[in-house]
Amino acid sequence: MGVFGLREEEIKHAIKVLGREPNDLEWSVISVIWSEHCSYKHSRKYLKEFLTKAEWVEQGPGENAGIINLGDGYRIVFKIESHNHPSAVEPFQGAATGVGGIVRDILALGARPIALLDSLRFGPLNKGRNKYLFEGVVGGISFYGNCIGVPVVGGEIVFEECYSSNPLVNVMCIGLLTPDQKSYRGRAEGEGNLLLLVGAKTGRDGLQGASFASEKLDEEVHKKRPSVQVGDPFLGKLLIEACLEAASLDGIIGIQDLGAAGLVSALSESARRGKSGVELILDNVPQREENMSAEEILLSESQERMLLVVRPEKIDKVIEVFRKWDLEASIIGKVISKERFVVYFKGEKIVDLPTELLVEGSLIFDPPYTPYEVPSISSDLYNSIKEEHIANFVEVLVEDLLIKESIYRKYDYSVQTNTILPPGLGDSAVLRIKGTNKGIAITTDGNGRYCYLDPRKGAIYSVAEACRNILCVGGRPLGITDGLNFGDPSDPKVFYQFREVVKGINLASRVLEIPVVSGNVSFYNGQGENTIYPTPIIGMVGILEDINYLITPGFKKPGNLVYLIGDLSWLSLGGSRFIKDIFNKVVGDVPWVDLIWERKLKLFWEEIRKEKGILLSAHDVSEGGLLATFLEMAFWGNRGVRVDLPDDKIEYLVGEGSGIVVEVEREGEREFLERLGKYALKAIKIGEVTDNEFVISPYIKTTLSELFKRR
Amino acid sequence: MKVGIVIFPGTNCDMDTYHALKIVGLKPVYLWHKEHDLKDVDLVILPGGFSYGDYLRAGAIARFSPIMREVVDFANKGGYVLGICNGFQILLEAGLLPGAMLPNITNSFICKEVYLEVLNNNNFFLRRYSKGEIIKMPIAHKEGRYYISQKELEELKENNQIVLKYFGENPNGSIESIAGIINKRGNVMGMMPHPERAVELFLGSQSGINLFLSFLDEE
Repeated sequence: MGVFGLREEEIKHAIKVLGREPNDLEWSVISVIWSEHCSYKHSRKYLKEFLTKAEWVEQGPGENAGIINLGDGYRIVFKIESHNHPSAVEPFQGAATGVGGIVRDILALGARPIALLDSLRFGPLNKGRNKYLFEGVVGGISFYGNCIGVPVVGGEIVFEECYSSNPLVNVMCIGLLTPDQKSYRGRAEGEGNLLLLVGAKTGRDGLQGASFASEKLDEEVHKKRPSVQVGDPFLGKLLIEACLEAASLDGIIGIQDLGAAGLVSALSESARRGKSGVELILDNVPQREENMSAEEILLSESQERMLLVVRPEKIDKVIEVFRKWDLEASIIGKVISKERFVVYFKGEKIVDLPTELLVEGSLIFDPPYTPYEVPSISSDLYNSIKEEHIANFVEVLVEDLLIKESIYRKYDYSVQTNTILPPGLGDSAVLRIKGTNKGIAITTDGNGRYCYLDPRKGAIYSVAEACRNILCVGGRPLGITDGLNFGDPSDPKVFYQFREVVKGINLASRVLEIPVVSGNVSFYNGQGENTIYPTPIIGMVGILEDINYLITPGFKKPGNLVYLIGDLSWLSLGGSRFIKDIFNKVVGDVPWVDLIWERKLKLFWEEIRKEKGILLSAHDVSEGGLLATFLEMAFWGNRGVRVDLPDDKIEYLVGEGSGIVVEVEREGEREFLERLGKYALKAIKIGEVTDNEFVISPYIKTTLSELFKRR
Repeated sequence: MKVGIVIFPGTNCDMDTYHALKIVGLKPVYLWHKEHDLKDVDLVILPGGFSYGDYLRAGAIARFSPIMREVVDFANKGGYVLGICNGFQILLEAGLLPGAMLPNITNSFICKEVYLEVLNNNNFFLRRYSKGEIIKMPIAHKEGRYYISQKELEELKENNQIVLKYFGENPNGSIESIAGIINKRGNVMGMMPHPERAVELFLGSQSGINLFLSFLDEE
C-alpha cells in the first residue's frame, strides 16, 4: 500500500524527522497512524484547552477512558465514541462493532462495563436508505449489547435531513471499578515484559478502517464494505470475563484495546505512554486466514482483541485464564527500552520507527475558518402559526414518546439488575452501585440544530442541558465525555463550527465545574455536498451519594403545585423543534442560556435534592418546550396537569430554553421558595397536578386518556 | 439448601442470580460448563444469557456441554433444576421439558416488565405464591415464543404442568400465553421471565423474591 491519505508536507515531514525514506510498509504504518482518526491532527491543539482536572478525577483524557471517583473505593470509568462511517456503509455491523469497541476501551482500564447509552442521528425515515440505516443500527446495538449482557440505559434519537446517508452513531460506555479492583492503563513499560495478544484471531477485515473514517463518504460508499469490521458479541462477552479475571492477577503492567489501526496504534501508543519501545514478531500473531501479508496483519482491525503487557514470570498464569475461556493468547513480542516500534516478520526486520514520530509526531493542522450567516425567523412565518399547528405538534410529541418506548424495549435495559430509572423514562438513566447506597446518573445530550445556528451557544446549551438532566434525577454532575461530530475540517465553515463548539464546551464546563475526562472527534461526516450539522454529544455522569436522593419526572399527586424554575421570557422559537417539525425550517436565534444562572441552579439543586420531600418530581424544559415537558411528566406519572400560561406569546408553550419544571407539595411551598431565594433564583407558579385532566390554557384542553389512548 | 449456578460461555445473568440468592440469605456456588462436578448442590439453576452466542439456535449448543450430562442425570434422579430464560431454552433442547422456543412474534428482542398469573402453585418452586396470584417481572429475550404440539399441550394441561402464564398482553406470541412450565415429576421448571431481576422494590418489582425464598425452607 505504501503512502495513502497523506499530504505532501506530511510526507516531507516524515522523511525529515526520520532522516531517511521509510520503506513501503513503514509508509503504511505512518499513513494509518497519522490519519485524522488516530492522530487528531485537526483537533489536538484545541482539545488541550479543556478543563480536565478536579479533585474527583482519577484519570483525564489521553487514556482509553476517563475515571472519576465516587468515594469508598468505587470508581466510574467512561467514554463516548463514534462509529459513523462504518454505520453508513453497513449499519448493523457498523453499530455492533461500535458497541464492541467502546466496551473494550472501558475494559482496558480493568473495569466491568455496566451500561451503554447510544446517541443516534438519522435522516427522515421516509427517504432513501434512512430506514435501512436506522433499523440496521438499532438492530446492531441490540444484537451486541444484549448478548454481552451490558444494559442499554439511555441515549437519544434525532431525525434530521442533514444526516441522510451519514448517520451518527455515538455510543457511551460506563464501567465500574470496585474497591478490590485495580485500574490499569494502556501502557507498555519495563524492558523484557511480554506483549500478549488475546481474544480473536487476526483476519483481513477492517483494513484501513482508520483511514476510511478520515475521509468524506462518497456516492460509492457501499464499495467501502471491506473497511468495515465484523463483530462477534459472543467472543466479546468471553473477552470481558477473561480480561477481568486476568486483571485480578498480579503481574499485568498494562492493558490496551485494539481498535482503529489495529496492532500499529495499540502497540505504538502503549509504548509511547510507557516511554518505552516494542519489538513485535508478526509470525506469532494468530491468523484467521492463510498467507496474510505483514501489512495485513499489522493493519487489520479485527474485533475482539486486546493487548496485555505481562511480566514474564506471570505469563503462564495469565495465559491459563484465556485458555479457560477458550480464547487465543499469544506472546507476540516484548517491551524494549529504546523508544522504537520494531517489527520482525519471517526473520527479517521490516519496520523500525521511533514511537514519538508515530504518536505525537504528526503535523498539526490549523486550517482557516470563517463564520457564516443563518436565517432568522421571518415575521411571515411567525404570523402564520395557527391553532391547528399546535394540535399537530401535540400529535408529533405523543407519537415520539410511543416510538421511543418501542425502541428502548429492543434493548436489554435491566440485565445486571442496577437500572433504577430505565431508558426513556427520565432526564437521565439512574443505576445503583451494588454494595453501597450510592447511585449514578448518566445522560447524553446534543442539539445539532442549535449548534448549526450558533455553534458556541449551542455547545454551551448542550452542556447546560446535560447538567440539568443529571440534577433533575437527583444527581451531582461529575464529569463529561464529549463526542464531537463534524463535517470536513478543510471547509472553513466547518472548522469555524469546530472551534466555536470547543470554546462553548470549554466555557460551560469551567463555569459549571464539570471536567472533560474523555472524548472522541469524528470529522468528514456528510456525503458529497451534504454536510451534517455540527453535532457535539455531551455524555455526562453524576453521583447520587445516596440513592434516596432520586427524583423521578412523572407527576405524583393531584393538587400538588407546579413551578417553573426559570423564566417564560427565556423561551424562544429559534432552532426549535416546533418550527422544524411544523414548518420544516431551522432558523432563528438559539435560546438564551446564562451560565451564571445555570451555576446557581446547580448549587441550589445539589443542596435541595438531599431534603426528601421538597421536590416531588422534576423535568427540564428542552425540545418541544413546556408543552413537551408537561406531556412527558404526565405520560410518565400517569397524572394530568392544569396550567395557565399568559396568552400573548406562543413561545411560552412551544419555545425552548433553559428551565426546570418541578412539582412541590403545598406544605413544602414555603421552604422551596425560601431556598430558591437563598440562591437568587427565579421561579413562577404555573399550575397544579390533576388526576386525568390535561389543560394548558389557553391552548389545550383534553384528558390523559384521550392523549395517550394508543398507549 | 445448596444452590449451584451454571456458567456457560455467554451466560450473562449468573451474577444477577447470585445477587438475588444472596439477598434471601443463600450462598450459591458457580458450576463451570466444562466440569462434571455438581459440587453436591441440592438445586441447579441454569441462568439467562446467550450461551455459546445462541448460535445455531438458543440453547442448542449448551446442552452438549459436559456439565449438562450431569444436570440431566441429576434431574432424572429427582434433583431440582430451574431454567430461566436461556436456561429454559436449554432445558427444552436437553429434553428435560417438552416443547420448543420460536423467535418472538414481533421478530425482535423484547425487554419489558410483564404481568404473570400463577396457574399452579402446588410445586416446590412456586409454593410461596398463591394460585391465581398476579405478579410482575421483566422479560428480556428474542426467542421466547413457546410452542408445543396440540397433543402434548393437552397433556401439559391435564397434568397441571403450565405453571405461569402471561397475564393481559401475551408479549411474544407463546401458545396459550405460556410463560413457564414444570415437568410431570415437579422437579424441573423453566420460565422465560427473570425472577432474579425482580427482588428489589426500587428496581420495579419484588415479585421474584418468593421463588428464591422457597429454596430456604427445604430441609
